[in-house]
Amino acid sequence: MDFLSMMLLAFILICALIVCLTRNLLTSIIILMSQSLAMSVIWILLESPDLAITEAAVGAGVTSLLFFVTLKKIHAIEGDSKDGKAER
Amino acid sequence: MAKLRDNYETSLWARFLRWMKSGSKGLERSMIRALEEEAEPSQHSEAEQLALEKAREEREMQDHERERAIQERLHLWSKTRGARLMTFAYRLAAVVICLAVIFVLLSSVSMLPEFGRSDNPANNEVAARYIEKGIEETGAVNIVGGMILNYRAFDTLGESHVLFVAACAVMMLLRLRLDKDGRPTREKLDAEADDRKYEPHNDVILQKVSSLIVPCLLLFGIYVVFNGHLSAGGGFSGGAIMGAALILYVNAHGLTRAGRQPLFGFKVFKYITFGALAFYSLAKGYSFFMGANHLDSHIPLGTPGNILSAELILPLNIAVGAVVAWTMYSFYVLFRKGDF
Repeated sequence: MDFLSMMLLAFILICALIVCLTRNLLTSIIILMSQSLAMSVIWILLESPDLAITEAAVGAGVTSLLFFVTLKKIHAIEGDSKDGKAER
Repeated sequence: MAKLRDNYETSLWARFLRWMKSGSKGLERSMIRALEEEAEPSQHSEAEQLALEKAREEREMQDHERERAIQERLHLWSKTRGARLMTFAYRLAAVVICLAVIFVLLSSVSMLPEFGRSDNPANNEVAARYIEKGIEETGAVNIVGGMILNYRAFDTLGESHVLFVAACAVMMLLRLRLDKDGRPTREKLDAEADDRKYEPHNDVILQKVSSLIVPCLLLFGIYVVFNGHLSAGGGFSGGAIMGAALILYVNAHGLTRAGRQPLFGFKVFKYITFGALAFYSLAKGYSFFMGANHLDSHIPLGTPGNILSAELILPLNIAVGAVVAWTMYSFYVLFRKGDF
């Protein structure tokens, strides 16, 4: 196992721990996204590009988007629409 | 026997019989009589009775106070030491359960065969056959595509239906319908107003960048879907990329503007999902039926490497890609607004 994959695996471990331990939900979703990206690079190193594409699109893209929308729905994100000028 | 006869009236059996005959009344009556007999000898003067009552009251007060003190002490305990004890117990239980799970998982991992050995159960004749005869039998250069859409097409059929069922469930839970007269309900209007408040407010940067990126993303997704049998990718990954492109477009331009285009409507979603799944089921069912009966399916295999080759893999990839893309998009829209 070369240096790059070791680094990526350590990164994934740290990311997983931080996702569990952070209090802020928004932060943990963004960290989960970055964890997914590192995972897709690992899939490429393991010579399975199919999985890498799917991981990048689903894990980093769509899943986090759904999380964001859910957080917005339950008003866990404080939007910047407090200043009235942005309102249409 | 005569000995027993003497005290028959007070024996357990007689009491039981009496109780049976008169319900519980007989027992009560006898109890009342016993109480009266007890009370009879305590016929004292009024002053003595008053003193007795006072003493009884004092005793009751004392009992009450003692009880309250005990309760207070319990309350205090549950607030201070009890809370600490419970927290400690919870933490201890968490640690113990965690360690137990870790132990079970690690021990089962250590029992697995060594990675990459030649006599592992994973390296059996099935994998060897896929590698040796994959191109010849399926016509797909991308062996993964050949596997998931030819050898194991039934799995993929189930997976696309799982997506469809998930979309149905989300729709049942989150979709806000019109009421009986065809007017939008109060909930729906509220949701729309809420969504308009949170919508990106004509963000110029986002719109310009998305108008540059979205066509490229869509094109890349279509490329990945159409080349599923030639290069890495396939229906699922290409569909996910297309779905992400649709979501990005909606996010940048707003649902009200995107909703006017037919590509983003509910009707298109309905017909595309249903049509793709029905086509997949029919095509693969035909192929399975012919294959199981040792008949020729009359679908040309083509030369491996051409875009029109690998019998059913290309159309099946397109069907799966369409289902995945529109399911992703519908998830997003339903989560956000509750309707298209």
